[in-house]
Amino acid sequence: MAKRPEQEKKKPGEGSGKEDAIEVMATVIEPLPNAMFRVQLENKHQVLAHISGKMRKNFIRILAGDKVAVELSPYDLTRGRIVYRYK
Amino acid sequence: MVICKSPAELEKMHRAGLLVWGALQKMRAMVRPGLATKELDEFAETYSAGQLARPAFKGYRGYPGSVCVSVNKEVVHGIPSPDRRLADGDIVSLDFGVEIEGYFADAALTVPVGKVSPEREKLLRVTRESLDRAIEKVQPGNRLGDVSWAVQEWVERHGFSVVREFVGHGIGTKMHEEPQVPNYGAAGQGMRLQEGLVLAIEPMVNAGKPAVRVLEDDWTAVTADGSDSAHFEHTIAVTKDGPWILTRPRETTGPCW
Repeated sequence: MAKRPEQEKKKPGEGSGKEDAIEVMATVIEPLPNAMFRVQLENKHQVLAHISGKMRKNFIRILAGDKVAVELSPYDLTRGRIVYRYK
Repeated sequence: MVICKSPAELEKMHRAGLLVWGALQKMRAMVRPGLATKELDEFAETYSAGQLARPAFKGYRGYPGSVCVSVNKEVVHGIPSPDRRLADGDIVSLDFGVEIEGYFADAALTVPVGKVSPEREKLLRVTRESLDRAIEKVQPGNRLGDVSWAVQEWVERHGFSVVREFVGHGIGTKMHEEPQVPNYGAAGQGMRLQEGLVLAIEPMVNAGKPAVRVLEDDWTAVTADGSDSAHFEHTIAVTKDGPWILTRPRETTGPCW
């Protein structure tokens, strides 16, 4: 019986990087150019964060003083991605 | 993971192969105008049961039959039916596989029904020859691409096309194992063939364009442009002395079918 060819998986390790992110709540301290923000985490650490594409797409604005959810990469804890703005 | 088989395992696969060969020979003799394709299926089941083997296709990923019977523009995986009858001038592909003692064998051939047109005869001949040429390339140290290219080159030289949507495969304790054996490719590329490797090489050749689509029964594949298609297959082991066609008696010589 003939077989349908399968494409070889290009990125077997695709899972790590997305699922390992640490999500924390933070407050926006100041906006920086290029949709970057300095945010302060609950543990007083300050982190450089950029706005996520989803938020850009949906035209969600972020101002200083907003409480936001930030995804931190396990590979670099000083950078993050803003994924949610709380009311 | 590519599995190489020991000589003892190859013997078991040869047992399975001989069974497949015997069944296909009998089915080939049964082919005549008016025959319902289901009769071939029933024969295969009875034959296998008599030899204490299990037809490998039945239930495989939900396939309902024990053989694949593909007529004219059907490329592969035609489901046997009591309503489908062969007609004089048709070409029909018979694809059969069994499992005995945990090992599989898989082979196929395309035969004419009654008297067929010269174009169809040519298609059958060229497809069979492409398998012969592929088998010649099955030597330890050669690469998979040499085998694939042998098929493609011969087929395209005669103005036919090679089906891309289906490929040959490794075979052993499972029906489909690594590696995939496409019927198209570049010589000198691909994995090296080692002793103990067992491949089911199955050129599928269309008289027209290579595109194939699958019918609503989710199995039967037909040529997109309605042209005829032929299919030949053998299970071949790589030995230090070259290819060993497990799906026929060792002493046989000459063209593979």
